[in-house]
Amino acid sequence: MRTIGIMNRVLKELFRDKRTLALMFIAPILVMLLMSVIFNTNSSTDVSVGTVSVSQKLNKEMGGIKHVTVKSYDTKKDAKAAMDDEKVDAIIKKNGKNYSLTYANTDSTKTATVKLAFKNALTATSINQLKSALKQSTKATVKLQAQLQALQKQQAATSATSATAGSAAAAKQAAAKQAAVTKAKSTNHATKSSSQSTPKITNHYVYGDKNTGYFAKMLPILMGFFVFFFVFLISGMALLKERTTGTLDRLLATPVKRSSIVFGYMLSYGVLAVIQTIVIVLTTVWLLGIEVVGSMASVVVINLILALVALAFGILLSTFANSEFQMMQFIPLVIIPQVFFSGIIPLDSMADWVKDISYIIPLKYSGDAVNDIIMRGTSIFDLGFDIMILLIFLIVLTILNVVGLKRYRKV
Amino acid sequence: MGKAIIDLQHLAKKFGDQTVLKDINLTVNPGEIVGLIGPSGAGKSTVIKVTLGMEVASGGSAKVFDTTMPNRELLGRIGYMAQTDALYDSLSGLENLKFFGLMKGIAKSDMKKEVMHAAEVVDLTADLNKRVSGYSGGMMRRLSLAIALLGSPELLILDEPTVGIDPALRRQIWAELGRIRDEGRSILITTHVMDEAELVGRVALLLGGEVMAFDAPAVLKQQYGVATIEDVFLKAEGVE
Ligand SMILES: Nc1ncnc2c1ncn2[C@@H]1O[C@H](COP(=O)(O)OP(=O)(O)OP(=O)(O)O)[C@@H](O)[C@H]1O
Ligand SMILES: [Mg+2]
Repeated sequence: MRTIGIMNRVLKELFRDKRTLALMFIAPILVMLLMSVIFNTNSSTDVSVGTVSVSQKLNKEMGGIKHVTVKSYDTKKDAKAAMDDEKVDAIIKKNGKNYSLTYANTDSTKTATVKLAFKNALTATSINQLKSALKQSTKATVKLQAQLQALQKQQAATSATSATAGSAAAAKQAAAKQAAVTKAKSTNHATKSSSQSTPKITNHYVYGDKNTGYFAKMLPILMGFFVFFFVFLISGMALLKERTTGTLDRLLATPVKRSSIVFGYMLSYGVLAVIQTIVIVLTTVWLLGIEVVGSMASVVVINLILALVALAFGILLSTFANSEFQMMQFIPLVIIPQVFFSGIIPLDSMADWVKDISYIIPLKYSGDAVNDIIMRGTSIFDLGFDIMILLIFLIVLTILNVVGLKRYRKV
Repeated sequence: MGKAIIDLQHLAKKFGDQTVLKDINLTVNPGEIVGLIGPSGAGKSTVIKVTLGMEVASGGSAKVFDTTMPNRELLGRIGYMAQTDALYDSLSGLENLKFFGLMKGIAKSDMKKEVMHAAEVVDLTADLNKRVSGYSGGMMRRLSLAIALLGSPELLILDEPTVGIDPALRRQIWAELGRIRDEGRSILITTHVMDEAELVGRVALLLGGEVMAFDAPAVLKQQYGVATIEDVFLKAEGVE
């Protein structure tokens, strides 16, 4: 009952603070719009591709594609040097029948452009090859037909003069042989070119992997970041204000339980986080057109748990701050490192001990979970591990908070 | 005379290595108003905080309703008004009253009556729907007092309740405090206004971490051979 009372009061205060409220809901939308514009509009960047032992035809075909320039190198080493000098964005090397592609991948849109250009060029050349093969075989058939006709004429002519019958039979035999050979040859040619049209392509990335830098990959983390950031800051400030204005003391001078205060805050900020997450999810789906494969409700649930962790964190840290300015000082200490370790930057490329730090970052777990839901459609019930870790964070922090309030009232 | 409502025995309190309270002995009986006076920084607010269990005593014992503090359940029977106006700015006066009423455990059915009565005593009925951020200093103080009065608690602990309140309203408040006393409820009040100290049942003079004098105003005046409590105060401080 008291818990509900505290929840109502906190919500009332929150909804009267129009500016903070607007910031909570509008800022994430603006930032995400901005990011999607930045990450998606530069698809017309010019790329240059270095090729090694790639056929003249393919080079020409690729060079013909808009925004793509092709430079041919004699060895892979030369090409690599050019890439290091940032002269080329990707290297295509032919090994026998197969292709090996190396992307600098510092700009994901460039990588995507090269991929597309190469695929198109490859298809175009193999179609050309097929065409020419087809032409050749039709030419052969035409020739054969002509030969056959000539033969028939000859036959008709010679049938009258049976004297030359023997030689005619020999000619017929020779013609049939030739036809068989040409036919075999042309079919051979055709099958050869058709097997050439599906060479194996292997992709290598100098930096990161195929997922690097995509807005879609960042989205789950961003979503979590907004929820975490705002709930952490606003709840921390709210409790700080309760403490400095003395309302906390006054509250604790009533028979209210310490846990009721903490739970009351949790409920109210939980409500806020649910609304915020829904707004963010709807923005991303409708405004930015990002596909959510899994269930949106699951996304909301994960973010709700994250919000509660952020709340508990905010309340805990607010006890170490004596002013709102000191509360702000926790942002570079608590919030920024979370972003680094949350998966926006690929963790594989980090040293092991740095990777270990990421295990204590709540944002990592929510990011992983939401990522799975949005991109792979994973069910929330298969994300037990991430959820469990988040819940452990939540429980530990909540207990610390309830006990921590003892500083202000001894029972 | 029944059992004392507040019973402080040899109470001591240290903040770090600063000893604020050395040896405090103080009782408040049922149906009695006890005034706590003393120079600024003497430790009046500290006595109250230890009594309520918000600070823990370094020595001695603090009992309220014959129970050793701190005790959460007992807080429902105490009306406390802090020295600072602890109010929620963005809520209206009415919302503040209702919220604290709920926290004190006042039943829903009694809430309206309690809130209206408390508001009437401090003359805030007309401004109840205004947000506290738009209140004057005195209005905030009155709202704070109204919150303490909610639920007719058996014990009121008021830390300088009449600061910033005009004489007419102060008289009205003291009349209410008198009615509360006559109902058999008890009040512990701190004040810097010596006229008010004349109105209480017994005055405790806090000085140097000890209760220097503790008796009815008339007795104290006689003891010190002066005409007013103010003179008692000045003489005690001068003598020390
Ligand atoms: N939380 C605290 N930490 C450290 N020192 C404190 C704390 N609270 C009070 N003190 C010290 O205890 C002493 C008494 O403070 P207290 O607030 O009880 O004085 P007071 O008698 O109420 O004064 P006033 O009449 O000005 O309200 C002061 O010296 C103050 O600095
Ligand atoms: Mg004081």
